[in-house]
Amino acid sequence: MSWETVMGLEVHLQLATQSKIFSGSATTFGAAPNEQADAVDLGMPGMLPVLNEEAVRYAVKFGLGIGARIGERSVFDRKNYFYPDLPKGYQVSQFFAPIVCEGVFEVPLKDGTLFPIRITRAHLEEDAGKSVHDAFSRETGIDLNRAGTPLLEIVTEPDFRSAEQAVAYLKALHSLVTYLGISDGNMAEGSMRCDINISLREKGTDALGIRTEIKNVNSFRFVERAIHSEYERQADILESGGSITQETRLYDAEQNVTRSMRSKEVANDYRYFPEPDLLPIVIDAEYIEAVRATLPELPGAKRARFIADYRLNDYDAALLVPNHALADYFESVVTAGGAAKPAANWILGDLTAALNRNETDITDSPISAAQLAGLIVRIEDGTLSSKLAKQVFDGLWSGKGDADQIIEARGLKQVSDSGALESMVDAVIAENPDQVAQYLAADEAKKKKLSGFFVGQIMKASKGQANPQMVNDLLLKKLNDQS
Amino acid sequence: MTDSALLCGSVTSLRQQLRDRVISSEEITRACLERIEACNGALNAVITVCAEQAIDSARKADKAIARGDVASLTGIPLLHKDIFCTNGVRTTCGSRMLEQFVPAYDATVVTKMQAEGAVMLGKCNMDEFAMGSSNETSFFGAVKNPWDLNCVPGGSSGGSAAALAAGMAPLVTGTDTGGSIRQPASLCGVTGLKPTYGRVSRLGIIAFASSLDQAGPMARTAEDCAIALTAMSGIDAGDSTSADLPVPDFQAGLNHDVQGLRIGLPREYFNDDLDPVVRERVMVALSVLEQAGATLVDIELPHSHYAIATYYVIAPAEASANLARYDGVRFGYRCDEPKDLEDLYLRSRSEGFGEEVQRRILVGTYALSAGFYDAYFNKAQQVRRVITEDFTRAFDHVDMIAGPSAPGVAFQFGAKQQDPVAMYMEDIYTLAVNLAGLPGLSTPAGLINSMPVGLQLIGKPFDEQTILNAAHRLQTDTDWHMGTPQFTTVTS
Repeated sequence: MSWETVMGLEVHLQLATQSKIFSGSATTFGAAPNEQADAVDLGMPGMLPVLNEEAVRYAVKFGLGIGARIGERSVFDRKNYFYPDLPKGYQVSQFFAPIVCEGVFEVPLKDGTLFPIRITRAHLEEDAGKSVHDAFSRETGIDLNRAGTPLLEIVTEPDFRSAEQAVAYLKALHSLVTYLGISDGNMAEGSMRCDINISLREKGTDALGIRTEIKNVNSFRFVERAIHSEYERQADILESGGSITQETRLYDAEQNVTRSMRSKEVANDYRYFPEPDLLPIVIDAEYIEAVRATLPELPGAKRARFIADYRLNDYDAALLVPNHALADYFESVVTAGGAAKPAANWILGDLTAALNRNETDITDSPISAAQLAGLIVRIEDGTLSSKLAKQVFDGLWSGKGDADQIIEARGLKQVSDSGALESMVDAVIAENPDQVAQYLAADEAKKKKLSGFFVGQIMKASKGQANPQMVNDLLLKKLNDQS
Repeated sequence: MTDSALLCGSVTSLRQQLRDRVISSEEITRACLERIEACNGALNAVITVCAEQAIDSARKADKAIARGDVASLTGIPLLHKDIFCTNGVRTTCGSRMLEQFVPAYDATVVTKMQAEGAVMLGKCNMDEFAMGSSNETSFFGAVKNPWDLNCVPGGSSGGSAAALAAGMAPLVTGTDTGGSIRQPASLCGVTGLKPTYGRVSRLGIIAFASSLDQAGPMARTAEDCAIALTAMSGIDAGDSTSADLPVPDFQAGLNHDVQGLRIGLPREYFNDDLDPVVRERVMVALSVLEQAGATLVDIELPHSHYAIATYYVIAPAEASANLARYDGVRFGYRCDEPKDLEDLYLRSRSEGFGEEVQRRILVGTYALSAGFYDAYFNKAQQVRRVITEDFTRAFDHVDMIAGPSAPGVAFQFGAKQQDPVAMYMEDIYTLAVNLAGLPGLSTPAGLINSMPVGLQLIGKPFDEQTILNAAHRLQTDTDWHMGTPQFTTVTS
C-alpha cells in the first residue's frame, strides 16, 4: 500500500530578550544552576509576574514577518500541571486568545519554488526549568535558570507531506527569526525546539489518520530522521492491520527510533483559565505600524532582490540569503566594488570552505568584505589569473594585507605587457623548431591541441604570471606568421 | 498617661502625642508588646512577635521625631496579618505548609508602611491561606474574640481584628477576598476597610484568589483607616493589576458633610432573611446619617443571590492554581521520606494543608476541569459581570450603598464548622463587593447582647473617600466605635 505522510509542526522558539518574560532575571545560556532565577522564577509565595514588553514586541515582529493577523486583545492563561521543574504548578501561556493569529509562511524549497505553509497561531508563554538527573547519586536536581524564558510557540496546520518540506520550513523559520533578531534559533542549545505531529493515510484519501506527536527534536537532521523512522513504524503497523495509538513519543537519536512516553502525559487535563495576575495585551494599529517600521528586509524579499538586482541565480541566492550575516557580507563585497557573480562564487566556494575548515563564522571572517572585493577587482581587470587569485586569497586569509599589497610583495602580478610577452613567445618558438613544424603541418583540431604545449612553456618561463589570454592570442598570431 | 489610654488610643491621637513629644514611640511600642504578652495566651491573635526588632524601630522613630523628620505613621506600632511577606520574619499564612517559611522580601504594603515610619510588632493569626470566616481553620489554633472568649472573631483577618480590639496595637492590616476584613471588623467592633481592587499592591501578599484579593487597614476609627490607606496605596510596577491613579490624602479629604449624600439600601440585603435585630442596629446607624442630611434610597441589586455561588467557583478555581506551588519541592512543608515524586506531592499537600484549604482546592480543580469549565468557571465569570453591572446601575442613582457587614454577631466556636455552606453565608453581604472590585468598609453600629455589630458602606470604584467620610461623620456623632470589650479591663 502507498502511504502519504501528513504533518503539522509546533516550534517552541526562545525569544532573545535580555530578561525573562515575567521577571528581571537574565536569560543567558549556560549560567551555573539557579543563578539566573529570582523569587518570581522560583514561584515564591506572594510573587507576581510583570510582563516583559520586549517579548510582546518580538512576538508582533514575528507575526508581521509571516504576514499574520495580530490579536488585538490577547490574554494569558494558566496551564495547570504538576512537575518538579514547573515552579508555580502552572505555566503562564496563551490558550484562548493568542497574540499571533492565522498567517501563511512561504517556504523556499531546493528547486527554487515557494511552498506555502499555513500558520495556525503563535502564542507567548514561559519556559519551564530543567530536571538534572545526572548531578546527584539518588536525587534529581532542579535548575530553574530556564524557567521564565520567553517562548513563542508557533503552530502550523497539517500542511507538510515530506521530511524535506518540514526541514525546509524549519530552516526558513530559523532564517526568518534570525533576520528579525528575535531569537538565535540555536537548536542545539534549545532555542528552537520542534514537536512533530505525524500521521499516515492512504495516498489519494482525504481523512486524517491517527497521529502521534514526537516531542523536542533538536536538530534539522534529527527532524528528518525522526520523521522517516516514525513513518516506517506507522506504516509497518498499518500494513500489518494494526492501528496507531494517539500518544506522545520521543526520538532516540542514538537508536534512530521513536519511543512512547508514559501514557499519563496524554491524559493531562490542563484546566486552562485566564491568568488573573496579568492584564490582557491590547495592541492597536499604531503599535503595529511602529513595529512594522522596524522590520528589516526579510529573506523572501532579499532573495528576490538578489536575483533581480545582482543577476544571481536561484541557487546562489538560496545559499546566500538564509544566513543574514552571509547576505550582508555579500552585499558589502559588491558595494566595495566586487562583481556580484564572482563575489557569490568566492563566498560560497573558497571562503565558506575556509570558514568551515576553521570552524569560523562569517562574522569573524579573517578576510573582510573590502579585501575580498579588492581581490575580485584584480581578477576582473586581468591583474590576476585564477591560479594567482588563489594564492592571493590564501595570503588574505593569513592576514598578509590586502590584495594589492600581497600582489606587490610576492610579485604575483600577471604579465600583460605585450612587449614582454612577445619576446617570451618569440623565444619559445625559436627554441622548439620541431614542434613548430608539427604544428604547421597539423589540421585545425590538432593545431588547437598542440598550441597548449607552447602556452605551457611560456607560462613556465613566466612563473605563471603571464596573462594566459594574451599569450594565447600572441602565440597563434606568431605561429601563423611562421607559415 | 495610663496604659489603657495608650492601648485604646487612635492612631490620630497617638500621632499627635508623639509629635508633641508627650510620649515616645518606644513607650507605646513597649505597652503594645506587654499587652500582647499578657493577652495572647488567651486570644491567640498573634503568631509571631518581633519584640527586639520593634523596639529598635521605635527608637529609630523617636530619633526621627526628635529631628523633626516625621512621616504619616512615624512611631505608630502595627501588626500585619501573617499573609504579608516580611523579610527575615516568618510568614505562615496560618498554614502548616508555611510553618517555617521565612521570606527574603517584604510585601509592598509592608515596605510602604515601614517607609511611613510604622513600627512592626509582629504577625497576626488568620484562617489558613485566608480561607475561612471564623479563624478556626488556622494551623496555629483558633483566635478568640476579646468580646467573648467563647466566640469567634470572624475571619479570615480574625487575628488582626481581635488584636486591635484587645489593644495589642492601634493599627493592623488585613486582606479581604470575600469579606475577610469587614466581617471580622464587624464581629470585633472595629473599623475595617477593603479598598477598591487595584488600589493597594498585591505584591508580596500570599495569593488566595488573585482577582479578588485586596489588602486594607483595620483601626479604631475611620480617620485612622484613612491615614493608613494613603500610606499603603499606589501603583506598583511589581503588580500589573495595581491601578495607575493618584493616591489622595484620604485624611485631609475627610469632612463631616453628608448633606445630600444619597445612600442606597439594596432590597436584597434588607429582605426577610436579615436578622431583625441586625436590621434594627443598621437602621439606627443609618438614621444618624439621615439626620445629618443624607438621603436613604431603596435600590435593587437583582443578582445578589448569585454572589455566593459565583464566588465559590471563582475563588476556589484561582486558589487551586495559586496553591499548586506548595508541592514540597522548593520551600514549605515536605513530607518525611517520600517514596517517589507522586508520594511527595500527595503527602506533602495532604499533610501540609488543612481541611478547608483542601476542600477549596478540590472544588476549584473540579470547576476548571475539562467538561465543567463552561458550566462552572465560565458561567461564574459571566455572572460576575452581571453582578458588577448591578452595582454600576445602582451607582447611577446613589453615592454609596449601605447594608449589614455580616448576618449576625460573633458566634460560638464550632457552631458552623461542620457546615461549610453555613460558614460561607457569613460573607453573604460582603462577597459581591469583591466580585465587583468595589471599596467596602465596616464601622461599628452598636451592640447586640453585648456583642458588636457592623454597618457596611460600599463605594464607587476608587471612591474610598465617600465611605470614609460617611463613617467619619457617623463616628463623630456616635461613640459605638469607641466601645472596648470587657476583656480589656479585666486583664489589664
